[in-house]
Amino acid sequence: MSSIEDVLEGNRICICAGSGGVGKTTSSAAIALGMAARGHKVCVLTIDPAKRLADSLGLKELGNEATRVDPKLIAEHGEEDGGELWAMMLDAKETFDNLVARHAEDEEARDRVLNNRIYQQISGALAGSQEYMAMEKLFELHSEGRFDLLVLDTPPSRNALDFLDAPSRLTQFIEGKSLQIFIKPTGFAAKVAGRGAGVALSVLKRLVGFDLLADLSEFFTAFSGMIDGFQDRAHRVSALLADDETCFVIVCGPQSDQVDEAVFFHSKLMESDMNFGGAVVNRVRYRLGTGFRKSLP
Amino acid sequence: MEGLFSCLWCLSVRQIGLNGRILDFLDKRVLFVTGKGGVGKSTVSIALGIRAAMEGKRAIVVEVSSTENASRIFRQSDVGFKEVEMSNDLWAISIDPEDSMREYVLLQLKVKAMRDLLFRSRMFTYLAAATPGLNELVTIGKIWELAQLDRKVKHGRKYDLVIVDLPATGHGISFLQSPRTFANIARMGPIHTQARQLQAMINDHDHSGTVIVSLPEEMPVNETRNLEEQLTDDVNVAVDRVIMNGLNEESFSGADLKEIKRLRKSDDPEVRAAGKAAISQCSRTESQMEQLERLEGLVKAPITTLPFIFKPEIDLSCARKLAEEIA
Repeated sequence: MSSIEDVLEGNRICICAGSGGVGKTTSSAAIALGMAARGHKVCVLTIDPAKRLADSLGLKELGNEATRVDPKLIAEHGEEDGGELWAMMLDAKETFDNLVARHAEDEEARDRVLNNRIYQQISGALAGSQEYMAMEKLFELHSEGRFDLLVLDTPPSRNALDFLDAPSRLTQFIEGKSLQIFIKPTGFAAKVAGRGAGVALSVLKRLVGFDLLADLSEFFTAFSGMIDGFQDRAHRVSALLADDETCFVIVCGPQSDQVDEAVFFHSKLMESDMNFGGAVVNRVRYRLGTGFRKSLP
Repeated sequence: MEGLFSCLWCLSVRQIGLNGRILDFLDKRVLFVTGKGGVGKSTVSIALGIRAAMEGKRAIVVEVSSTENASRIFRQSDVGFKEVEMSNDLWAISIDPEDSMREYVLLQLKVKAMRDLLFRSRMFTYLAAATPGLNELVTIGKIWELAQLDRKVKHGRKYDLVIVDLPATGHGISFLQSPRTFANIARMGPIHTQARQLQAMINDHDHSGTVIVSLPEEMPVNETRNLEEQLTDDVNVAVDRVIMNGLNEESFSGADLKEIKRLRKSDDPEVRAAGKAAISQCSRTESQMEQLERLEGLVKAPITTLPFIFKPEIDLSCARKLAEEIA
């Protein structure tokens, strides 16, 4: 068994992943606090809106900007001076809005998206948007270079893979390729839809209502000027995940389903050439007489 | 006056129930089971199903995120997008959005040629990809169909209770909100009307409700409180029950504990170890009791407790045992 400190040697990003209820948030906070106590400047990004975590870090509220945790708390655990612990809780919608503002050509284009009814409905709820926005925030903080180490507590997903797939799912969605078929069923789109695409479309319109298709088309048109910017950004965000200075720590408990999920996620990390730092096995009951082995920093 | 009269009549029937007892949460037609990740939602859903069947109801457990836990527990390999009888009066189905979409089209379009045309063009798949929330919407549509007294599908028989094994907290909430989200996306037209109808089903406190599963630990208890608030205020769905899962069964008595504490000072190392183990178990149980008390202070819904099961994997006999505990 190795210590997390050794695992994180030379890394600037630590991503804690695992199935629901294994203790990702707690482990992320423990790793961040431990590393801060060893003299590093650390920021922990959490998704879990459990207030208790903010309480335990001595913070009243956690927001979309990093807040510094009282140095006294670190001093209590401190082994080396100079460490700082910062924490923030991701607000997916705000991060999405900022991203739109960044990529819009001008204020008018920005407002067209931000005020779009469909955008307002989905920006907080779109599948994968939380996962992607967490990475986006990570990317932003990493580029700023204010911290020695960033610890990310990943959103509770049905499947840890949702996290790895998030950038491609979001860009695919924003490109709106699927919608091309409804706007102009000619050329490539007609080929995909097969013969009789025009007739099929009119059947579909009758079934779902014409307005929905028109509104969706308006929504994707509003986004169209930003597609390149979003794609480029998503590529760089994806590249950061595979970077040499990024490592994944898989959190699980000593239960068969959690171990299965951890093993599965590990194999997917290997397939996608990501760095696997190690696994935290939480809530282990030690055999009596062997004592507690300390594996967290 | 007539309005007032019918209101009073409804009230008395609802409160007393047709068979003279106070309506129990299992008397609803649709129950959504949710909670923090890893608390045992699937196991509790199946236990609720077994319990309902024990009470003479025809029940179905619905899985929505293709986890297929029911087939694992019942050792049946063929739970898919069809209703399968797991044991007497207990059925299961795993809802796949693409299949529900197909079924929706079948029910909406009566002309076969039109349907074939639409399926061949795969337009629905493209529409789902371009329209966030459509998959969740058709899944809820299928749940609505399962809960109908007069089923829409061919040879469909009525269920007394539909139990839905929802995804964990955040995803579970957006799932239940998807009809409203969707009704706002599609301002008018048939899909808008249907989304409103599904929203009405979720918001009908006499018809549908939720069960929150929790664990006797700090974070799950906090999350249960927040979840109850969100379900009540944001989703406007009834929270009928909180199930505190995984409680250690009875602890030692005070006299036992005194005896055990003495064991720690024994000369025999094995006896000492046994004493330590018993004390560690006691303190775990004690901290669980503290969390249970906290939960009682934090939530409004009635709480049911379920014991921790010491088995590497939950099987049918475990699920039956849990079903007997649910009252």
